[in-house]
Amino acid sequence: MPSINQSRQNVIRLIIGISFLILIFRLLFLQLASSKYDLLAIDNAVSKKVIFPERGIVFDRKGKSILENTLTYDLMILPTQLKGLDTLGVCAILKIDMPEFKDRLLSAMIKNGRYRPSIFEASLSTETFVQLQENIYRFEPGFFLQERPIRSYPYKAAAQVLGYVGEVDSTILKRTHFFYQIGDYMGLSGLERFYEPILMGQRGVRYQVKDNKNRIVGSYEQGRFDSIAIAGRNLRTYMDIDLQVLAERLLNNKLGAIVAIEPKTGGILALASGPTYDPNQLTGNQRRNNFSWLLRDTSRPLFNRAIKGQYPPGSTIKPIQALVALDEGVITPNFGLNCRGEYLGCRRPISCEEKFEGHAANLRLALAHSCNSYFSHIYRLAIDNPSERTTVNGYLRWKRYMNSFGLGVKLGVDLPSEDRGYIPDTSFYNRIYNKSWSSCTNVFLGIGQGEMQATPLQMANLMCIIANKGYYYIPHFVKSIDDPRETDTILNRYKIKHNVTNIPDTIYNIVQMAMQDVVESGTARGARIEGIAMSGKTGTAENYGIIYGKREKLANHSWFICFAPRENPKIAVAVVVENAGFGATWAGPMASLMVEKYLNDTLSQARWKEVERIENKEIILPIVKAKRRALDSLRLQRLRTEQLRKQAFVPLSPFDQKNHERIILAFHLNALKSDHEEQFI
Amino acid sequence: MKNNSFDISKGVDWALVLVYVILVVTGIASIFATTYRDESILNGFLSLTTDYSRQTLYFLISAVLAVFILLTDSKFYTATANIFYVFGIILLILVFPFHTEVKGTKSIIRFSSFQLQPAELCKIFVNLALAKYLSSRDITLSKLKTMFIAASLVLIPAILTIMQSETGLALVYFSFFLVMYREGLPSAILTIAFSLAVLVVLTLLIDQDILAVGLTLLAGFVVFLFKRQISRRKSLFFVVFAIWTFCIGVQRFAVPYFFNHVLKPYQVERIYSTVGKDFQVDTKKISEEDLKKIEEKKKAGNYNVKQSKIAIGSGGFFGKGLLRGTQTRYDFVPEQRTDFIFCTIGEGFGFMGSLLLLGLYLFMIFRVIRIAERQRSSFSRCYAYGVASVLFFHVFINVGMTIGIVPVIGIPLPFMSYGGTAQITFTVLLFILIRLDADRQMILR
Repeated sequence: MPSINQSRQNVIRLIIGISFLILIFRLLFLQLASSKYDLLAIDNAVSKKVIFPERGIVFDRKGKSILENTLTYDLMILPTQLKGLDTLGVCAILKIDMPEFKDRLLSAMIKNGRYRPSIFEASLSTETFVQLQENIYRFEPGFFLQERPIRSYPYKAAAQVLGYVGEVDSTILKRTHFFYQIGDYMGLSGLERFYEPILMGQRGVRYQVKDNKNRIVGSYEQGRFDSIAIAGRNLRTYMDIDLQVLAERLLNNKLGAIVAIEPKTGGILALASGPTYDPNQLTGNQRRNNFSWLLRDTSRPLFNRAIKGQYPPGSTIKPIQALVALDEGVITPNFGLNCRGEYLGCRRPISCEEKFEGHAANLRLALAHSCNSYFSHIYRLAIDNPSERTTVNGYLRWKRYMNSFGLGVKLGVDLPSEDRGYIPDTSFYNRIYNKSWSSCTNVFLGIGQGEMQATPLQMANLMCIIANKGYYYIPHFVKSIDDPRETDTILNRYKIKHNVTNIPDTIYNIVQMAMQDVVESGTARGARIEGIAMSGKTGTAENYGIIYGKREKLANHSWFICFAPRENPKIAVAVVVENAGFGATWAGPMASLMVEKYLNDTLSQARWKEVERIENKEIILPIVKAKRRALDSLRLQRLRTEQLRKQAFVPLSPFDQKNHERIILAFHLNALKSDHEEQFI
Repeated sequence: MKNNSFDISKGVDWALVLVYVILVVTGIASIFATTYRDESILNGFLSLTTDYSRQTLYFLISAVLAVFILLTDSKFYTATANIFYVFGIILLILVFPFHTEVKGTKSIIRFSSFQLQPAELCKIFVNLALAKYLSSRDITLSKLKTMFIAASLVLIPAILTIMQSETGLALVYFSFFLVMYREGLPSAILTIAFSLAVLVVLTLLIDQDILAVGLTLLAGFVVFLFKRQISRRKSLFFVVFAIWTFCIGVQRFAVPYFFNHVLKPYQVERIYSTVGKDFQVDTKKISEEDLKKIEEKKKAGNYNVKQSKIAIGSGGFFGKGLLRGTQTRYDFVPEQRTDFIFCTIGEGFGFMGSLLLLGLYLFMIFRVIRIAERQRSSFSRCYAYGVASVLFFHVFINVGMTIGIVPVIGIPLPFMSYGGTAQITFTVLLFILIRLDADRQMILR
C-alpha cells in the first residue's frame, strides 16, 4: 500500500522547496537589494538632538558687558507621571485654576505626547521659582524644574541696537535650508541677527536612540557621531554704554534719533532711537505679549529711527553742498553772494533767515549764517557746471557726489535692515516734469529739502567725513571678535578707508571753522561747550505727513550735527528730534551734552539738570498720542480683567478636588489601555 | 516491551532533536534580545517575571513532556487517537462558554494565571486521528466517502476555530490536505484547488473586465490548439465551455460575493494590502462602525508589516548583532516576541542569519518527510506527513507575513515564538513523531 503514492513525496518536497525559495528571494530583496529600509530604521529609532551653546557676550568699549546670559527656570510637566501627585498644590503655587490646568495639560500632551516632558510654565518669576523649589519634592516626578539660559541686558539700554532672539519661523527654516530646526532660537534683529553665526557658536549634535514611544533610551553607537557644542564668541564693540544710556534718556518722550561715531575709526559710540523700550521685556515669559504691544504702539518703539528713519536733512546738508561745489571747482572759498533775505535766481523767491548785508560774503560767513540764497546758488552752479554741458549730466554728477558721501545708498552698518534714504534719480524728474526741468526745478535739494531724505546715521557719517577731511570708514559697532579666526571676514569691510573728495585740507579747515562759528557765534550758540572747540550745523527741516488722509505740513524736525574737538575730532554726532522746531532748540543742546559727556567722561551738576530738563520734555505729535492712548486703554482693560481673574481665584473645594483627581486618573487609564499587553501561555 | 532494560534513546532520531533544541534556544535568545532591559541576567532568568525566563520555563516543561512521550509505548497513540480527537473537540466546544476574551480572540480558557488555547493544542489530536483513519484497512482516498470523512475530520475543528475568531489557526488545518494528497487524494483535486487559488489572486490583481477578456482569449486558444480533438469529440468543446463559464462565474460573482459577505472587512483589507492594492470600501454596504474598525485594523496591520519590513530590511547581509537591533530592541515592531519574532533574527543577524534559520526549518521538514518515508506502518507515515505539513505551513505563513508576501495571519513561528501553548504543542507534536519513529520497524494500527 505505501508504495502506491511513493512518487508523491517528491511533489510535496518540491512544493515545500519552492515555497522556501520564494521566502529567500524576498529576503534577498529586502535585506540586500534595497537600502531604503536602513534609512527608515534610522529615522525610526535615532533622534538627532541639537545642543545649543551659550550665546556670545557683547561688551562695550570699556569692557562692560551690555548683553549677556542669565538663567531662568521653566516648570516642566511629564503627563505620564502625574498619578497620585499633589497637582492641586502646583495649581495653588502657580495661581491657576482647574480649567487652566486641564488646558495646559492637554496642550502639553498634544505638543509632545504623554511620554515626553513639556513646558508647563516658562521663565518662572523669582517668587514662584522660590516657592516651587521648596516644594518640588512633593510634585516630582510629574513636575520638575529645568534651567534655561536667556539673554539679559544689564543696562536695559540699546534695545534696537542689540536686538533680540526668538524662535525661528518657517520662512527662516526654508531660507537657511533647514540649518535651524523648529523650536530653535536665533537672533532676529540688531547685532544678535547680524552676528548670529558668531554669537551662536557651534551647535553640538547628540544622536540618541529612542523607542517606539519616542522616549530616549540611550546614546547611539556610544556617541561615535556626536559633536560637542562650542560656546558663541564674544563681541567687543566701540559703544560707550554710559553715552548710550544718556542718549536714550535725552530721547525720552520724543521721537527721534541720536548717533555718535568715532570719526577716525567709524566706530559707533552710541546709536539711540526714541522712543525705546527695555530689551529685557523681550526675553522672559511675557515676551510674546510685550512684543505684540510694542508692535502696535503708534510711536513705533521697535523701529530703529537711527538707521531707518528718513528725514529731509534741511540745513545740515549745507556743508556737504559746499564741499561738492568746491570739489567741482565751481566756487572758491572766497566766493560770495549779496543776499538780502531772498534768493531770486529762480522763478519763485526762496527766503533766507538772515537779511543783513554781507552775511554771505564768503563761504565761511554763508555757512555760519546758513544762508539759503548762497546754497541755492552754489547748488545751481554745480548742476549747471559748464564742463558737464547738460543739466541732466550736471545733476547726475551731483548725485554721484551725494552717493559717495553715503547719501541715498546703504552705508553698510553692521545692523540688519538699514535704509538708504533718498536722492532722486533723473528719471524721477523726467517723469514728473516731462523731461523739461532745470537746476531751478529742484533747487531745494541745495538746502536739504525737496525730495531728499537721509537717515541720522548717514548724517553722522557726513560729519565724520568733514571731521576726517575727506574720508570715512563705514560706521560699525563691532571692533573685534574674541578668538579671531581666519574665516572671520565679516569685519573686513569696516577696515577699508573710503576717500570721498579731493579737496585740500586748507579748504576743509575753512568749512570746519565755519561750522565752529555756527556754535561759537551762529545759529547754535546754545550748544556751545566751555573748553571744547566744536564744529556743528543746525537744521530745521520742513516736513509733511498724512493725517486722516490729508497731506498736512507738520512741525519742523529739529536737526543738529557736529563733531569735536575741531582740531583732533574724537566724536561726531547727529541728532534729530521729530517735530521739535528749530535745530538749535532741542537737537543742539542734546548733541552738546553727548559730546561733553563723551569727551569729559562726565557732566557737571548744572549739565545734569539740563539732561533732566530735556528728558522730561515731551515732544510727540498729538495724533500719535491720541492713537496710542486708544491702544493703552485697551491694554488697561485687559490688565484689569486679568487682575479680576487672579482675585477671583479660590482654592478648590473638596468636591472639585475629587473631580480633579478623576480627570488625572482618566488620563492615566487611557495611557495604560494602550500599553497593556496580555501574557499568553 | 519485551526488553526489560528499556532504553529511551534507542532509535531516537538525534538530528531532529538537535535541530529542535537549536531552534528553541534561538527563540529564547531572540525573546531575550527584544525584551532584555539591562536587568541582572541571572535575576532575570530566575525571577520568572521576564518573558525570556518564562519561555525557558515553558521549554523545561516541554522537555519533561518530551521525556514522558519517549517513555510511552507507540501503541498508546494509535489506541487513543480517536479518544483524543473527541477530547479535543469537546475542549474546543467548551471554549465557547468558558472563554476569556483577550485582544479580540475568543479562543482562550483561563485557569488562574495560566491560559490555554485549545485551538492550538487540537492540531496534535487532529493529526493523530487523521493518521489513524487514513491508516485503517481498505481505505482509499479516491473514494468519495473516504474523502468526505477525512475532510470532515480536519474541517470540524477548523470551523470551530473560525467561530472563535482565530482564522489564522483554522487555516493551519488546511495543511492536512497535503497529507491526504500523499495518501492518494486525486491530484486533480489539488490541481483544481491550486488553479482556483490562482484565479482568485488574479481576480484581486486584475480588473474584472480585462480578466474576463483574458479568460475568453485563453479558452479560444485552447479550442484552437485542440481543434482536431474537438472536431473528433464535440463534448470536449462543452467541457472547455463549462470551465470557461465557471471561471467567469468565479471572478465575476463568487469572489466579490465572498469578499463582501463572507469575509470580515478587515480580513479583506489585509488580503488587499498584501497584494499591494488599496481596499476600496463599498461604503453603502458597510455601517459606520465597521468602517471605523476597518480603518483601525488597516492602520494597525499596515503598521505591523511596515515596521517588520523595516526591521528585517535594515539588517543587511550580516545584521546588526545580538542586542544591537534598534528596531526590535525598542519595540518598534508590535508583537515581536510572538508572531513577529523572525524580525529579531532578520535585524540582528541579517540575510545570513535568516538564511541559516530558514535552512534549519527546511532541514527539519525534509528530515520529517524522510522519516515518514521510512516508516513501515502507514499510521506513522501519515502522522509524520501531518507534522511536516503543519511545520511547513506555520513557517511559510509566519515568515511570509513578516516580510510582507502573505496577509497578516497571526500564527506563531514553531519552537521560537513566545507562548506556552504553542511551545508545548509543537514539542509534543514533534516528539510523538520521534517516539513513533523509534519504533519504525513496528506495524501500528
